[in-house]
Amino acid sequence: MLIFTPRTIQSNHWVLIGPLISIILTIIIGALIFKMLNYPVTESLYQVFISPFSRVDRIADILVKACPLIIIGIGLIFCFRANIWNIGAEGQFIIGTLCAGSFALLFPENNNHILLLSMFLVGFLGGALWASIPAILKIKLNVNEILVSLMLVYVAMLFIDFIVRGPLRDPMSFGFPLSKPYPDGAIISKINFPGIGYLGQLHYGIISILFLAPFSWFLINRTLPGFQIKVFGSAPKASSFAGFNKNKITLGVLIMSGGMAGLAGVIEVSANMGQLQPEVSFGYGFTAIIVAFLGRLNPYGVIIAGLVIATAKLGADNAQMILGIPKVVTGIFEGILLFFLLAGETIQNYKVSLKRNS
Amino acid sequence: MYKKFMKLITFLSILITPFLLVNTKALAKTTKVGFVYLTTPGDHGWTYAHEIGKQMVEKEFGNKVKISVVENVPEGPDATRVIRELAKQGNEIIFTTSFGYMEPTLKVAKEFPNVKFEHITGYKRSKNVATGNIRFYEGRYVQGVVAGLMTKTNKIGYIGAYPISEVIMGINAFAQGMRSVNNKATISVIWANTWYDPVKEADAAKVHIAEGADILAQHTDSPAMLQIAEKKGALGFGQSTDMGAFAPKAQLFASINNWGPYYVEKIKQLRNGKWNTGDGPNHWPGNTWGGMSTDMLLLSEFKNMPSDVAAKAKKAHDGIKSGKIKIFAGPLKDNSGKEILASGKELDDGALWGMNYYLDGVTGKVPK
Repeated sequence: MLIFTPRTIQSNHWVLIGPLISIILTIIIGALIFKMLNYPVTESLYQVFISPFSRVDRIADILVKACPLIIIGIGLIFCFRANIWNIGAEGQFIIGTLCAGSFALLFPENNNHILLLSMFLVGFLGGALWASIPAILKIKLNVNEILVSLMLVYVAMLFIDFIVRGPLRDPMSFGFPLSKPYPDGAIISKINFPGIGYLGQLHYGIISILFLAPFSWFLINRTLPGFQIKVFGSAPKASSFAGFNKNKITLGVLIMSGGMAGLAGVIEVSANMGQLQPEVSFGYGFTAIIVAFLGRLNPYGVIIAGLVIATAKLGADNAQMILGIPKVVTGIFEGILLFFLLAGETIQNYKVSLKRNS
Repeated sequence: MYKKFMKLITFLSILITPFLLVNTKALAKTTKVGFVYLTTPGDHGWTYAHEIGKQMVEKEFGNKVKISVVENVPEGPDATRVIRELAKQGNEIIFTTSFGYMEPTLKVAKEFPNVKFEHITGYKRSKNVATGNIRFYEGRYVQGVVAGLMTKTNKIGYIGAYPISEVIMGINAFAQGMRSVNNKATISVIWANTWYDPVKEADAAKVHIAEGADILAQHTDSPAMLQIAEKKGALGFGQSTDMGAFAPKAQLFASINNWGPYYVEKIKQLRNGKWNTGDGPNHWPGNTWGGMSTDMLLLSEFKNMPSDVAAKAKKAHDGIKSGKIKIFAGPLKDNSGKEILASGKELDDGALWGMNYYLDGVTGKVPK
């Protein structure tokens, strides 16, 4: 029988070594899988793990892919630290996008970036509003926030679908469900590096992470509300003895994470699509949950985790393009990687020993 | 003299040989072709039909083409990245096989003016972006003929994906086919608001059957409707690919999307240096909109129907194929009795893409 004893002293080395070992193990298992399926092993591994870094514009693409995951993930940290399970970031992302997009389309001729700034605000509020529904239901009626936030994802999907096919449909789109293009002022432009030009789809929205991550880190680790969140999450009784307001914390963390998801949506759509369409999120809100945990609920960790997940996705695309490896095979890869990373975390936190049944 | 002549010949042939070699090399040149799929191909439906088309390309050109496929590409920034990557890797022609790839395709095409792009089912074109689509409605006319002959309750249940012109023209073609053989039957439409959702499609099928429909038609992608029909003893038509395996007793026939000939033709044009999108205002030139006459739309074997019905279905098919049957020829009236087109005229392609009304035979109104 396996016995898990919590470690009293956690080795600092493990924080670095753990993930590294996980990645190495993933590569070994991956090589075996490729071998069994008769794909060239080195070439396959190269495409999955190395090729996403092989050109500057590919690295830029990793950043683009990771951007929404990281922003949503940072928001989710607030919830998960407080032990509030917001599973509906996908829906908050959609509603944030929809609010900001509808707002932008009210000013069709605008080319001033004040519009973009107000969209950030509107998008944040939209996402926050959507997330506050499960918060209020939990506070007033003690309804489980997991179910409510998850179900609101589907409501949000159907809602944007309805809006884009109905009220906001571009009359010039031959009946296809697309809104009019955003005005210039609502577009986040691609970064034009002097002397190099554009790198993939790298856009200015990425920069927001440089503000959001330190800001969130500071909020969680250096302020009273952050302290309250952590205490509430790890020891709810202690938190109530200390007189922390449970309802305020619940509402606060959901607003924060919903708002961030909405913000991520505004950035993603303003930078990459420039119009509303029935599908604006492709599971970002769900993947971000994995990213948040992989990043160990630390804003900086979330950045790294987001990049790792994005790399795996891009590597999968490359492997299929060059070697015709089906995406399901590379999907298994992501699974193995997550498995080892989480297993590594367990080993880091617990001492595992073998005990014979007697 | 003779020797000298031979020497000259030899000399000349040595001179020419490299050119000949180069020339044959040019003929044997491999063309790199890229495909972008919305989902994994699986064994039925939209992407599977494209996969069959791709296999036809492989068969036709053998090792003269090198094909790269990327499946499961969402219709957002990922599409732009994948299409750009395919272009960067030297693919000379790239087929993007879903409507949502329209903007990404145009965006990447601007950056790679020498690469040719074929976007499936879109309406925007540029210098190096052409579009391709199938006249799905032609198959629906034949479905209408069969449904009109086979129905006992005179109620046809139709499951539509979204109320857009492409789907509406299909419903209207079905109605025209049905009216050509049956003056009493009516079509009722349920909008599934999805292209692929087996649960919703099955629910819609159940509602139709509960309301008395005995023939079902669909403009959605899963075999769910046919499976329900099979269970409840109704009949229906398959979509995109032959779905007979899912409902051997219920499928009358399926309209099969046959992209192969179009892919092959376009790649041939590219290899001969004849690929172009045409000139003029960017609407119709550069658009391949093929149907039965170019074999882009095929019908599977007629089954589960008496032989006289099958014969009439075949006649309708042949009539459309040869151009003898004009599906949208006047006089046309919408289902409120308002005249759409006087007799002696025919709706043109532009008018088909503007359809936002039901013709006689369909109940209800097009949702706005």
